Amino acid sequence: MIHSLLSGDYPRSRLLTVLLIAIFIGLALGPFLFSGTVAFRTMGLIVVFILVVAAYDLMLGYTHVVSFAHLMFFGFGAYGVAMALDSMGSNFTAIAVGTGASLLASIVVALLLGLLSLRVKAIFFALVTLAIAFSFMVLVNQLYTLTGGEDGMRVAVPRELGPAFRLDEPLTGFSLLGWLWGVVTNPLGLVEVTREAFFDVRANGRLLMYYVSFVITLVLFLGMLRLVNSPFGRVLLAIRENEFRAEALGYRTVYYRTAVVVLASALATIGGVMFALVTRYITPESTLDFELAVFVLLMCVIGGMGTLYGAVIGATVFLIAQNYLQDLLGVLSGWMEHVPVLAMAAPLFGSDRWLLWFGVLFVLSVYFFPTGIVGQLREWAARRSRAGEELVEGEKVDEPASHGA
Amino acid sequence: MASENPVIETRDLTIQFGGHVAVNQVSCAFYPGTLTSIVGPNGAGKTTWFNLISGQLRPTSGQVLLHGEDISRLPAPTRADKGLGRAFQLTNLFPNLTVLENTRLAVASRYNIGYNFWNMAARRQDITDKAMHYLTQVKLAHRADYVANGLPHGDQRKLEVGLLLALEPEVFMFDEPTAGMSVDEVPIILDLIADIKAREDKVVLLVEHKMDVVRSLSDRIVVLHNGELVADGEPAEVIASPVVQEAYLGAAQDETEQA
Repeated sequence: MIHSLLSGDYPRSRLLTVLLIAIFIGLALGPFLFSGTVAFRTMGLIVVFILVVAAYDLMLGYTHVVSFAHLMFFGFGAYGVAMALDSMGSNFTAIAVGTGASLLASIVVALLLGLLSLRVKAIFFALVTLAIAFSFMVLVNQLYTLTGGEDGMRVAVPRELGPAFRLDEPLTGFSLLGWLWGVVTNPLGLVEVTREAFFDVRANGRLLMYYVSFVITLVLFLGMLRLVNSPFGRVLLAIRENEFRAEALGYRTVYYRTAVVVLASALATIGGVMFALVTRYITPESTLDFELAVFVLLMCVIGGMGTLYGAVIGATVFLIAQNYLQDLLGVLSGWMEHVPVLAMAAPLFGSDRWLLWFGVLFVLSVYFFPTGIVGQLREWAARRSRAGEELVEGEKVDEPASHGA
Repeated sequence: MASENPVIETRDLTIQFGGHVAVNQVSCAFYPGTLTSIVGPNGAGKTTWFNLISGQLRPTSGQVLLHGEDISRLPAPTRADKGLGRAFQLTNLFPNLTVLENTRLAVASRYNIGYNFWNMAARRQDITDKAMHYLTQVKLAHRADYVANGLPHGDQRKLEVGLLLALEPEVFMFDEPTAGMSVDEVPIILDLIADIKAREDKVVLLVEHKMDVVRSLSDRIVVLHNGELVADGEPAEVIASPVVQEAYLGAAQDETEQA
């Protein structure tokens, strides 16, 4: 059962397994474990970006197709559904029409892009995708009557997916971090701390939307896992490793590359639809910005290219860092201001400097873990099991020798 | 044998890179059940001619015919599907995949399952078995789980040949298969080539520098020099012919005389 679900592609590292299970449980029970709007928003983003980054990994990590237009397809989905809801009213038909139309647009544009990759080499393909993505962004900015321009647009989600839709029964959550913090700071008042850790979960349409996204991402992720472990996925690896040889073996690599670009783009579009419905407000900056494209690339690289699980780890680590590193730095610089020698350096650790420190972390992680978190964890696990095997083999080899003696 | 129809044939095949004519008006036909060696000094155009036949290059003029059909404009993958198999002079593998996965890719290509995106590749035991069969032939079965990149040079050459065997083509094109192999590895490959030749319906083309190998295996020798076909015939008579002595062995003889 699990073998089929994961398509035989196990994490192959005990620590990685633990991390993935922790993330899975954290996201599945998240609204009941972490209180606060920031936590809820971060979880929603993680769910969306796991899908987007995993789809990007199909291209970048598995096939070595570098595309900067991934976020454009994400934008197709986000703006497609937002515009449909805007013009057709807040109902589910509008969501279906918006999703369908943006998927269709994505597939057509991705097909054209894929066929273009037949003609041009990798670097030119990357540049062309960059140009197309930029022109789409300019278009969104200019067509402000339709898209709201730089101000963005509110996504008028159906009532069932919004905060106004409430369940009658109140739900109760248990704040894990609050409880742990309480236990550490106030170990004597365990009963009180435990009582305080319970909080009311707002059981509204947003919670429903979160779980819809969670299930969609889970299903599509397992589908992608199956894809990369299928004969098709093996050909993608062959293209990554040596396209020339893949052709000599009889694989029409252009078709495969086109197929993977179309597929990844369609998945990014679905991610965009989910993003619009989860965040309920989209701007060019939050959906199409070049910075965001770089972030997606970073999530893919940090997690580990060509591993899919890397997308889960990368998106989670990055988005938690993005949302909480600022708080952490704020605390740190506040504390430093009170220490005489360190006060000078305090502005360096200001909360608006989070990107600087994230950059430092990124450079260090790429230097020490060139294959990403997942790649590194797997390497360690493989080294350990190899060392174990050699021990066993060594014993076997010794036996006949001792007989001979 | 000449009475049969040729499997593969080149007609006035020419390719020009800028002002340099690398292959010049080469016409030659190859028949089933024969092994033809292609010899010539470095830069004679042997590998370029191979590239034209297997589709890595398109000719400036002339034709490549497979069973009489002009395939000179078809891309390499289509030609591979039609039965033209190629092993490369410079080792050309999937470096970060295992030896088994490399071979499975070749087998899977013949089974035409590349577009299957839903079944698990690892569950196709038939393909794994086939791949292991070919790995056993090239004496690499014990290395199946190694990453291709980590193999010693000689083993990489063997895998290169293994991939060609796994494609089960009608035309086998070997480009210096034994280059860089150790003395005890060479016979493994030569025996395999001899086995293929013994199967009456296959065509074997072999680019090789080692004259003893060429002499012992070939049914026929074709000599290229400066992109032109200068001699073609039985091994003994070609090697003895003055034009070959001059074009190919000439330089070597001069050197020995001087020494």
